[in-house]
Amino acid sequence: MIKRWFFGVALLGLTGLAHAAYDVQQLMAELAQNKGGRVRFVEKRFVALLDKPLLASGEMSYTPPDRLEKHTLLPKPETMVLDGGRLILERDKRRMTINLASRPEALAFVDSIRSTLSGNRRSLEQNYALQLSGDSRQWVLVLVPSEQGIAALLQRITVSGTQSQVRKIEYLQTDGDRSELTIEPIEAQ
Amino acid sequence: MSSALRVFGLWLLAMAAGAAVVWNSHFSADMSFFLPSKPSAEQKVLVGQLKDGTVSRLLMVAIEGGDAAARAKVSRALRSQLAGQPGFVSVQNGEIEGLGAERDFLVRYRYQLSPAVTPERFTVEGLRAAVGNAIDTLASPVGMLFKPYLTRDPTGELLAVLDQLNPGDQPETRAGVWASRDGERAMLLLQTRALGSDTDGQEAAIAQVKDTFARVAGEAGASGLTLSLSGPGQFAVKSRATIKAEVSRLFLLSSLGIIVVLLAVYRSGRLLALSLLPMASGALAGVVVVSLVHGTVFGITVGFGSALIGEAVDYAIYFFVQSGRQGLKSWREVFWPTIRLGVLTSALGFGALLFSGFPGLAQLGLYALSGVVTAALVTRFVLPTLAGEHVRVPVPGRFVNGLFAALGRAHRLRLPVALLALAACVFLFVERDGLWDSNLSALSTVNQVDAANDGRLRSDLGAPDARYMVTVTAPDQESALQAAERAGEQLDRLVADGRIGGYDSPARFLPSVQRQTARLASLPSASELQTRVSQALSDSPLSAGKLGGFIEDVEAARRGGVLQRKDLDGTDLALAVDSLLSQGPDGWNAMLPLRPSSEAQDGELPVEQVRAALAGSGAVFVDMKSEFDTLYQGYLSEAVSLSLAGFVAIVGLLAFSLRSARRLARVLLTLVLTVAIVIAGLHLIGERLHLLHLVGMLLIVAVGSNYALFFDRAAAGEPLDAEILLSMVVAALTTVIGFGALALSSVPVLNAVGVTVGPGALLAILLSAVLVYPARAR
Repeated sequence: MIKRWFFGVALLGLTGLAHAAYDVQQLMAELAQNKGGRVRFVEKRFVALLDKPLLASGEMSYTPPDRLEKHTLLPKPETMVLDGGRLILERDKRRMTINLASRPEALAFVDSIRSTLSGNRRSLEQNYALQLSGDSRQWVLVLVPSEQGIAALLQRITVSGTQSQVRKIEYLQTDGDRSELTIEPIEAQ
Repeated sequence: MSSALRVFGLWLLAMAAGAAVVWNSHFSADMSFFLPSKPSAEQKVLVGQLKDGTVSRLLMVAIEGGDAAARAKVSRALRSQLAGQPGFVSVQNGEIEGLGAERDFLVRYRYQLSPAVTPERFTVEGLRAAVGNAIDTLASPVGMLFKPYLTRDPTGELLAVLDQLNPGDQPETRAGVWASRDGERAMLLLQTRALGSDTDGQEAAIAQVKDTFARVAGEAGASGLTLSLSGPGQFAVKSRATIKAEVSRLFLLSSLGIIVVLLAVYRSGRLLALSLLPMASGALAGVVVVSLVHGTVFGITVGFGSALIGEAVDYAIYFFVQSGRQGLKSWREVFWPTIRLGVLTSALGFGALLFSGFPGLAQLGLYALSGVVTAALVTRFVLPTLAGEHVRVPVPGRFVNGLFAALGRAHRLRLPVALLALAACVFLFVERDGLWDSNLSALSTVNQVDAANDGRLRSDLGAPDARYMVTVTAPDQESALQAAERAGEQLDRLVADGRIGGYDSPARFLPSVQRQTARLASLPSASELQTRVSQALSDSPLSAGKLGGFIEDVEAARRGGVLQRKDLDGTDLALAVDSLLSQGPDGWNAMLPLRPSSEAQDGELPVEQVRAALAGSGAVFVDMKSEFDTLYQGYLSEAVSLSLAGFVAIVGLLAFSLRSARRLARVLLTLVLTVAIVIAGLHLIGERLHLLHLVGMLLIVAVGSNYALFFDRAAAGEPLDAEILLSMVVAALTTVIGFGALALSSVPVLNAVGVTVGPGALLAILLSAVLVYPARAR
């Protein structure tokens, strides 16, 4: 009995050790396994100027290593495609191409998602300090901007998820406005 | 002797007067050499753009070497140093801080500028829709940029103004400044205050960029960086320097060659000096006449002088060599008529060019015509008096005997020459479609390396090449702006259909007073707006209570009245408007440059559809490239008819003086075959023929006929003695040297004439010896 208990403790201890060892490296390796695919998203924006949060929803798809599409369906159709170094926006039948490197604020938004999805630690660490908590089943990664241009706009980004799947991305801007992007995989058919 | 002094004195006086005219002449080396003297409406746009348009004032700058950070540092330093300088209207390198003044202007005048401002937009319904839309924008990625303006501009007029700009593809950015596509060069785009046609101003601006770069790169300790620069101004400066250097080099070369030949023959410094007299008079007279007739003398025209002196010295050679034995009187009777005929054929050849609408060609013709005629007149009337009766040029016996021996055997080559000529004709016939270069750029002094560099910088920066333009003309500024707005409405439809990518218009930043007044009249009074806003936003997430700034701004716009041109001062937009809206001799002119849609092949526009859309609106659509092609085609077909007319005139002259169909046919056949062989040879070595080669063919006929005529005299039974033969050979040699020097020029106009007429003159005398000189003379 004691032996079994001891074994159990040892096992717990080991799992405990395993917990402590879940680090950014492992998370990134796991994320890098993600082969991409489509997800549904719901985005809530809390803007101090407005009395109610703004809601948007639609679908996102990710093709490793650097193509990310965000199709907003509600309240108004809008498409955002991040492909390599270019961000293409389509709205009201108009199309706008933004050169990412020239817009640090756009970069702050999109590169954080893309680098997280692709498990690109080096790219993330160029612009952010990373803090990871939780375990593989339930992790939370906080990105605090270290690059000045981004830090002027953004306090932090909080990404959370399970294993290789990102579930939620939260942006907190320097002016206190924030937005939450909740992600739900679409089951393979 | 006193008469000699008097003649010399008169000549000296004329030369001094000529020198005074030349001293006060205006010389130019810019594009106007190529631009039409009587432009059509479309060509006027072309000429205006090339000389003074915005595009003609762009300088593109690339910084290479080092790493991205070092390049960016120098780029920023360069911008901050140059931006304040009076020589530059705008200096851009992609730094966002550089756009503050423009943003403030657009915010301030948004109600005058926004096309969305209509009475409907400020009704309760309109406000609800506009504010709802602006809030949606907040949720999009551009929302963050717009958020600070939301409470003052809840209808999103600023966005509506910015939407019109649609800058297309922005250049790449590295370390916060513009970079080339591959990121390896930092890029800047400069606009000079000096007009494109002001070559001195462009030169000063370019020097300032280079000096400033050297200084800031030194201060930044970035020694590995290099600067490369391109643009119309750079081309103008460079081509002027090339032409300047070439004019003196060509003159030196051909003068030296001619002097060596003359000294070898004359063995007398005095005769040499006297021979140079008609030549110098001719060269001077050419410049004087061109300056008096055209007002401006092109550098290229003066460069042509090196060929002219080779031709003008001939008459003195004929005089000295031929008159030596026979004496002056007999020379005047026997030889002068033949020489006069030669002068006349040359004059007809050059004279045909006078009627060209291509100003450069007309100048070359006038220059050469007056030069040749002056040289001949000086030879006939001044030289004999100065030289006196006893001029004796020793005839080198052995040399001339050798020549006679060769000449006597020349007819044996008739069959090979006939075969060669036949081969040349067949070759030309087979290759007839690939002979001509149908592009005006064939005449441009810009070399291929520079053109390629320019194209690379332009595509890196996405700088406009302003190929497509819509232009409207009206008696005053207000009606020009209204016309631009009407044309803009037609263009908007084409943009909506995706037929064109977009367009610029001066009315975008300076709408007509009529339109601005209508917009401001759509704005309700403060109390009315307050009421409507409260109603419109009753259940919106944005509460009406936060919009005090909006009510204030609308009221301020209502009271502020219309925006004037001077309100743009201090922003880059002032330049944008001025470059698109200008006052010319025919009234006010507005330009609307068009951009192709991003899917367009090779940046081409559906020209017919644009024309159809603008039909009846009074706006003129111009495709610069096809205008250029049409212009060149016009020059070319005109040159063909002028050359033919010149040829016919020469034939007529020869027919009149030879009075024998057989003799005429023999002379003409020789000349035509000479031209055929030269052209076939040029094509064989890969030379693409253009307009100036065509002119060269005419000149081969004009110049070559002189030699054919002398041999023809022998064929007609008159004796050909040692003096005549010697004078012919020497004259041909100097002509070949004069035109041959041009072949060394890198200026395509001069080079083409040189490579055609240099070998052509040589071949003309050789073929004349074979085909015209009788088989059984002496």
